[in-house]
Amino acid sequence: MLKIEDLKASIDNKDILKGLNLEIKAGEVHAIMGPNGSGKSTLSNVLSGKKGYEISGKVTFEEKNLLNLEVEERAHKGIFLAFQYPLEIPGVNTNIFLKTSLNAIKKSRGEKELDAIEFLKLVKQKALDLKFDEKILSRQLNVGFSGGEKKKNEILQMSILNPKLSILDETDSGLDIDALKIVSEGVNALRNKKSSFLIITHYQRILDYIKPDFVHVLINGKIVKSGGSELAQELEKKGYEKFN
Amino acid sequence: MKTESNIDIRAKEIEKLKKYKYGFTTDIESIRAPKGLNEEVIRFISKIKKEPKWMLDFRLKAFERFKQLKEPNWQKPKYPKIDYQDLYYYSAPKSMDDKPKSLDELDPKLLETYKKLGIPLQEQARLNGIAVDAVFDSVSVATTFKGELTKQGIIFCSMSEAIQKHPELVQKYLGSVIPITDHFFATLNSAVFTDGSFVYIPKNTRCPMELSTYFRINASETGQFERTLIIADKGSYVSYLEGCTAPMRDENQLHAANVELIALDDAEIKYSTVQNWYPGDKDGKGGIYNFVTKRGLCKGKNSKISWTQVETGSAITWKYPSCILKGDNSIGEFYSIAITNNHQKADTGTKMIHLGKNTKSKIISKGISAGFSDMMYRGLVDISPKADNARNFTQCDSLLMGNKCGAHTIPYIKNKNLQSNIEHEATTSKISDEQLYYCNQRGLNQEEAVSLIVNGFCKEVLQQLPMEFAVEAQKLVAISLEGSVG
Repeated sequence: MLKIEDLKASIDNKDILKGLNLEIKAGEVHAIMGPNGSGKSTLSNVLSGKKGYEISGKVTFEEKNLLNLEVEERAHKGIFLAFQYPLEIPGVNTNIFLKTSLNAIKKSRGEKELDAIEFLKLVKQKALDLKFDEKILSRQLNVGFSGGEKKKNEILQMSILNPKLSILDETDSGLDIDALKIVSEGVNALRNKKSSFLIITHYQRILDYIKPDFVHVLINGKIVKSGGSELAQELEKKGYEKFN
Repeated sequence: MKTESNIDIRAKEIEKLKKYKYGFTTDIESIRAPKGLNEEVIRFISKIKKEPKWMLDFRLKAFERFKQLKEPNWQKPKYPKIDYQDLYYYSAPKSMDDKPKSLDELDPKLLETYKKLGIPLQEQARLNGIAVDAVFDSVSVATTFKGELTKQGIIFCSMSEAIQKHPELVQKYLGSVIPITDHFFATLNSAVFTDGSFVYIPKNTRCPMELSTYFRINASETGQFERTLIIADKGSYVSYLEGCTAPMRDENQLHAANVELIALDDAEIKYSTVQNWYPGDKDGKGGIYNFVTKRGLCKGKNSKISWTQVETGSAITWKYPSCILKGDNSIGEFYSIAITNNHQKADTGTKMIHLGKNTKSKIISKGISAGFSDMMYRGLVDISPKADNARNFTQCDSLLMGNKCGAHTIPYIKNKNLQSNIEHEATTSKISDEQLYYCNQRGLNQEEAVSLIVNGFCKEVLQQLPMEFAVEAQKLVAISLEGSVG
């Protein structure tokens, strides 16, 4: 589904990704673990198309070049990024934002857009499935949300947009154990043969709840080791030090 | 490997869209007063409009006063000196010389113009259920729905017609809210005003439809000085909307209108404006100077006046629609969205003058600046010693797009009554690249994202507009900002 070959990225002449290779197949869950400054967030930004990076290398999504697409075009193709710090947009109702987003994606695919009633039905069901408080939906987008509510809102959006590839950028940071469980259950409920996940994290904690198929260690802009879920436990015990 | 090329293509598309779509001129023969401002010209205007002597006297008195007044210069947006002798003060389509009796007799070119502007004066207007008065340069060319309104005793006609047919009302109220001595531009208007709309709603009558005036400047080197007077008698209600456009010209054109509203006991006037005068090109050449005096008098007890404005056009907007809350328990409201882009400038806000007891006012102002533009909110809340229990709530929010524009807020508060209650809230925010990135990541393109964020920002004000116009205004807001980010 996603294939990254020799990906290099720099910003303001500072090299951050230094030749990264990764392949994610449909239905797989990959975790990328790494210390601060290893390039984890840059990877999620580059994959989602954020401006400002000098990029070389090759990234294909469903066999097509991803790097020449705009941010929204990548979203239309089914790439979703759960933000580490979801943005607040005052005055914009969460429901309206979600509906506008879903319909923009549907429109780009030539599918029928949902009307207000169809959408409300869908969103209420999803909120119920994820045990989210419906009240969140009628509030302004992320405004005054607690850290946990913001992250839950990202997972709710993910479940409504039903992406092919979901990138979770440190979704676990700042979550208490209950919120972490709910978020993880949300992700697990979305796991199926067609959708893939890339979970970016500092800690092994979230991987107790979402069992990855593969774990990669990212240090200094490169993947230095890959393995199964046992690699996460090893990291937790020994730290990143020995990979340096 | 930055993807600049896509952005370039998009920028070009936006440029095409952004072209002011009302910028055409109508090639129509017109009668003009001689160029310049003097007593002769004022007599010419009065004569051509077959005005009674009291009206001419009103004008001449204003002109005498005008000669002693100095042009104000305290506003933030400065402009090159206007040569008042180099303007035409009256311009009318020639075909209006013998005023047509009905729409069918109207010059087809005029009908075509309004059709292009999306204001169909004929059959379609009836379907929309909105009564329209169309003002072309200096004269009112058509008023629709007259018959139906007349049945209820509602008067909705051009100012010229009101001066002829309802002199007692005009004489009683004209200049009662904006006296002829008021200030430079208002006094100029009193001397040379040409046409505008007149509305009278009789006692205990609820006007059954939206009344609307559509102002169009067509002729070049012409100032538009229209005059609107709305009187809501005891227990009545009216909702009124004005729209404005002008052709694209390299010169700056002056628009100095006066609008007076009078609400008697228990009456309510809702006045909405969607102002889209030509803003000038992207380098700031040309555009309308929109120097307008709008004032409402809540004369009776329990009366209410609310101003709603969506200001997207004009090179310079300089106006403060105000409420004088004279009647006890009267209410004044001001809801405003002002948008400046490219090199547009605005110095706008409101004045709420509390005179009566238990008077209440509410000010919600949303300013959006983009490009190289500059936006100023200036407002006055004045509570007199007699206005016991007066209350005011003010909220001024500014939204900046890009980092070459400016936003300023100057609230003046004069409080002479200890029992009053005044609240003021203000925020300034910026559409950040991060917010746009977030929206893009959720599948919205740049324009959709800006439109969503801006509409969220303006929602409180857009909701105040009559439904028929809210959608239109929402689109206008989006169009005026297209291409301002990214």
